[in-house]
Amino acid sequence: MTDDHARNTILALQKAHGGETGEYAGDPRLVLPAAEILNAAAALRNEHGFEYLSGLTAVDYWPSQDPRFHLIYIFSSFRHNSRIEIRVPITEDETPPSITSEYWSANWQERELYDLFGVRFEGHPDLRRILMPHDWEGHPLRKDYPLGYEEVQFSFNKEEIASRKPRPSD
Amino acid sequence: MSSLQEVTVDEIRHLVSQRAMDGETVLLNMGPQHPSTHGVLRLLLELDGEQIVNCIPDIGFLHTGIEKNMEAKTYVKAAVMTDRLDYLNTMGNNFVYCLAIEKLVGLDVPPRAQAIRVIMVELQRIASHLVWLGTHALDLAAMSVFLYCFREREIILDMIEMVSGSRMMATYFRPGGLWREVPPEWEDHVRHFLKIFPARVEQYENLLTNNPLFKDRTIGIGVIGEADAFRWGLTGPTLRGSGPALDLRKSRPYSGYEQYDFDVPTHTDGDVYARYLVRMREFHESMKIIRQALDGLPSGPVQSDNRKFVPPPRSELGVSMEALIHHFKLWTEGFPAPKESVYMPVESPRGELGVFLEGDGGPKPYRCYWRTPSFVNLECLEFLSKGHMVADLVAIIGSIDIVLGDTDR
Repeated sequence: MTDDHARNTILALQKAHGGETGEYAGDPRLVLPAAEILNAAAALRNEHGFEYLSGLTAVDYWPSQDPRFHLIYIFSSFRHNSRIEIRVPITEDETPPSITSEYWSANWQERELYDLFGVRFEGHPDLRRILMPHDWEGHPLRKDYPLGYEEVQFSFNKEEIASRKPRPSD
Repeated sequence: MSSLQEVTVDEIRHLVSQRAMDGETVLLNMGPQHPSTHGVLRLLLELDGEQIVNCIPDIGFLHTGIEKNMEAKTYVKAAVMTDRLDYLNTMGNNFVYCLAIEKLVGLDVPPRAQAIRVIMVELQRIASHLVWLGTHALDLAAMSVFLYCFREREIILDMIEMVSGSRMMATYFRPGGLWREVPPEWEDHVRHFLKIFPARVEQYENLLTNNPLFKDRTIGIGVIGEADAFRWGLTGPTLRGSGPALDLRKSRPYSGYEQYDFDVPTHTDGDVYARYLVRMREFHESMKIIRQALDGLPSGPVQSDNRKFVPPPRSELGVSMEALIHHFKLWTEGFPAPKESVYMPVESPRGELGVFLEGDGGPKPYRCYWRTPSFVNLECLEFLSKGHMVADLVAIIGSIDIVLGDTDR
């Protein structure tokens, strides 16, 4: 199916907020600067009929690209049966504006991005960790965060490995 | 790792009212080990007597880092992890993941595989709704429904075992089609199920739909309007209970859903009872789809013959050098996907289940994000439960139909 409403919306957004358009596998997308995302979200909800935020995620391009993160917003419209993707490149220190005021469901999704990628959203009402324990160090979905593994204990090195394992008393 | 720290009241001060700080209201933990939270969900409740002033969900107890782990596996190997997300909709998770890969690399699926996928996913939807119905009724003290629901669910699990060898963690769908052809006796089992199941649904309805106790516990509880439901990002039956007939099987058909004639049940009340009625009608719609798909089941292969993505059958390996090379390449290295990204959503039993998949030109996903309906739908619990009794909270959690594996990933 062709999604004309999405294409027209992207062109309108580009006119108002700048950015570059693209398309893959029939899904149109727009790359926007971080400062524009809140205004663009407001326009999408109020003018273009995108009622809900489907997805909000990020991709880490460290170390090959700078800025290292792309935030990916996927907005959907029930009325127009339409869906668009907006990409927002940000650096590690940048704080993009939170869109929680427009799309309430962005609250947890932005918390998730803070938790797993370390992206700090400006103006978020409750920016705490959500999936990882609250005292966790590091942001696991970053590409410079190692996957980690559990050493396998055999009878000959059982004690040695056990001595290296963290224990609650430490 | 640093040693364990305790959460201080300061960290949640902005989430509770001033009355909690003055000691006028009580802060109470519900869960993480609580039978009615359907898994390891912890709710921090601020209570005024028995009334909920604030409800602060705390999730992540079942976080297993599946998205991170998938980045270290080839596309096919990572499919095994998708079962573990939403353990009541395992085939549906395989389904959306395979569809995302197929969209990313541009792979076609033969019509027979598409139809069998639809049948299995709809059976899984029925099984998932049965667990929802059983546990929801159990939470509201109707124990017998639970036993009946699990009796029927067992028949579906048997059918999943029949095709895949595993009752729950099936990984039956593979990029490009299915793992293998369904066994010959499978069709009779599905037809038998279609024959007996309508009467069983009637049985559940007789127990609940007009039951005054059930209605007392559900009507007017957890009401959400259409506009609010959209802003909270609700999808699936939880949204359809508030009015909008949003169903991705209808609005953006995939895997041949456009061939089937079915309705999208909706209700306008937006309360727990409305969501119950919507899901009960979905049993019938799923059966309609299965019946049509089974009657028009095309013959032919169940796997794409594109050897760059789908391994050749065993019989070809001994006679074709090329087949042997493909087999070797696919199982040692995997297939590469372009440096592009796709977002593929499907209608899972709980709502919009989407996969955002990005390739980097290599055989492993560079990023695989799961837009899970439980995670987004659970967020509005705070909104739904405000002002209700603790006992109603149990009904509301049941009506959103969350699976914590899906929430925490």
